[in-house]
Amino acid sequence: MGASQNLMERWKTLQKCVCDGARLMVGQGDYAAYAEHIRRTHPDQRPMSEVEFFRNRENARFGVGNTSGFRCC
Amino acid sequence: MGAISKHGPWALVGALGAAALSIVAIERGEAVNALWLVVAAVCTYLIAYRYYSLFIAEKVMRLDPARETPAVRHNDGLDYVPTNKTVLFGHHFAAIAGAGPLVGPVLAAQMGYLPGMLWILAGVVLAGAVQDFMVLFVSMRRDGRSLGELIRSELGTIPGIIALVGTFLIMVILLAVLALIVVKALAESPWGTFTVMMTIPIAMLMGVYTRYIRPGKIGEVSIIGFVLLMAAILYGQNVAASPVWGPAFTFTGTQLCWLLIGYGFVASILPVWLLLAPRDYLSTFLKIGTIVGLALGIAVVAPHMQMPAMTKFVDGTGPVWSGQLFPFLFITIACGAVSGFHALISSGTTPKLIANESDARFVGYGGMLMESFVAIMALISACVIDPGVYFTMNTPAAILGTTPESAAAAVTKLGFPVSPETITQTAQDVGEHTIISRAGGAPTLAVGMAHIISSAVGGKAMMAFWYHFAILFEALFILTAVDAGTRACRFMVQDLIGLAVPAFKETTSWVPSIVATAIAVGAWGYFLYQGVTDPLGGINTLWPLFGISNQMLAAVALTLCTVVIFKMKRERYAFVTIVPTLWLCICTLTAGWQKIFSADPRIGFLAHADRYAAAAAEGKVLPPAKNADQMAQIIFNDRIDAALAVVFIGLVLAIGAFGVLSCIRALRAVGWTARESDAPAGGRPVPAE
Repeated sequence: MGASQNLMERWKTLQKCVCDGARLMVGQGDYAAYAEHIRRTHPDQRPMSEVEFFRNRENARFGVGNTSGFRCC
Repeated sequence: MGAISKHGPWALVGALGAAALSIVAIERGEAVNALWLVVAAVCTYLIAYRYYSLFIAEKVMRLDPARETPAVRHNDGLDYVPTNKTVLFGHHFAAIAGAGPLVGPVLAAQMGYLPGMLWILAGVVLAGAVQDFMVLFVSMRRDGRSLGELIRSELGTIPGIIALVGTFLIMVILLAVLALIVVKALAESPWGTFTVMMTIPIAMLMGVYTRYIRPGKIGEVSIIGFVLLMAAILYGQNVAASPVWGPAFTFTGTQLCWLLIGYGFVASILPVWLLLAPRDYLSTFLKIGTIVGLALGIAVVAPHMQMPAMTKFVDGTGPVWSGQLFPFLFITIACGAVSGFHALISSGTTPKLIANESDARFVGYGGMLMESFVAIMALISACVIDPGVYFTMNTPAAILGTTPESAAAAVTKLGFPVSPETITQTAQDVGEHTIISRAGGAPTLAVGMAHIISSAVGGKAMMAFWYHFAILFEALFILTAVDAGTRACRFMVQDLIGLAVPAFKETTSWVPSIVATAIAVGAWGYFLYQGVTDPLGGINTLWPLFGISNQMLAAVALTLCTVVIFKMKRERYAFVTIVPTLWLCICTLTAGWQKIFSADPRIGFLAHADRYAAAAAEGKVLPPAKNADQMAQIIFNDRIDAALAVVFIGLVLAIGAFGVLSCIRALRAVGWTARESDAPAGGRPVPAE
């Protein structure tokens, strides 16, 4: 029982790691971490919604004046 | 006893690597299994990572796990976020790996696989990975600032501006050469052209989906896009076979060149969510997936190397690109061994995401080792196909003619026997009209990949599918790079002109945006057009220019790192960056010099211009020019290329001189002079040994 639970845990961790990795590859950071960060450090502010966060990151990657989405040769 | 258990396993890894390398290197008259190259490479990486990168981390940089990184200090949940190091590794690798490590080794294969392989391994361990790691470190200690800003603050304003202008020029050449690869791969190929064109509506569909229907659902939309892409590849065969649509999707190189220029212009003005972002998902995931697939394919199929370890073309007479092993092999394989562009990525988003200083070693040094492995796989793919087919695909049409018979005769004369039937059969297998003179690396790599993957999945019947899959995969991320790069160039132009006309900096207003985009597209479009109409096939002209500029950027970045090491009073370890800097300077300056002044018109731009000028003076027209105007154009292009090489040389010499001056100043200073962003006022005391 304990062993299979442990295995499930590890599978979940792996899954999260792969998903986060894939999203970060295209410039999308971790929304949960962002929301948590805002709640903790700026309790007076309303965090962006998930969709707003998505668009914010999309613009940050390719948007005006930003070259961070520039790809290597 | 402790030492044995600590270093013993690594000694075994080293011994295995050495054994594999000697099997690869010592010719025994029989084909070597590609797996030995893989084993030699992986063992080299493991040893280098375990010992050399640790030495750099501990002795040169003194990474301090207790010290706050920018991600921790400035954590905003957006740009600065402490990130799991494995996740960050993926992000960094996806950003540095592109077409470069795939194309360079394929072109280098004309000298055999051994020279290329040795340079990839030595280059990455001692130069490429060191550069990526060092720049990441320098940027991480300075709030994740960019390469240009770092050079300005550590070397001075003038070197900063020189580096910015240099970066712009390098980017222009890069975009031109990438676009040229796509043109070479799609010319006269209706199947390939159709599938690549279909990526535009597919990406737009995905863009609308993530914008309005299910915002932010990247996984879903990528799966939908992937299914549509596969359908486009499958259906492409019918399109190519159709008497109506086949010819409609068949374009010459020049036509494709204009299409790409138009595309680059429109795509970089469109909103990012519509085309660029969704295609970025497809190209990124497809890239990672294909790299993993290729690695599995090589492991399962264990193909034999057909190309000799070394060919006679090390003397510089090769048909694919001209010039001797030194310096041109080291220029041809840029990415995969050492690539200056990585300095832009290592000083971009990655340093802002590092959670702990000690992670920089895995992300910076490790990420580059991974890219190097991609280059080794590309080299393997190019060398497992019949060398006769390799040279048929990569030799200029001027030597081969256009029929299988003339090509077979010419390639056989080069010393690589091939029959007309083999050429025709290979073209049929991959579903193309012809494979003659399909230079540029992408088609050759696609044949190699199709050869490997179809041996594992699907057999010969699937070969045409895998070939077009490989072409699509390369074209997809090249187009993404062209699009994103044009945008980046446009902002640079707006910044530069904005110095004189402030209103021009307004990135949201239409006129400056369109003018700046036109300048950016015009710049790379000019070199693309020149490459497409080049008598020697374009790659021969542009790839060395690209390699030289890319490695010069690496020399500039490593100079910055050297200066920082001196400023940190760690100069006794400065050889770590000085040795690769000197090597890169020797290579790029020699190559640059030869590209300008070599008396051989196949190498030297000026000699080539003189040959055409002499003919023009006598009223003669040399192919591929068809009239006096085109003659004049070729002469003009050669001189532009020569001037560009002069600019690159001047740029590196200038940065080198500024670097030496800064080092001397740092050496004379009593204490620590590096400008780290969290340093206390009055500088940091030099830590005791």
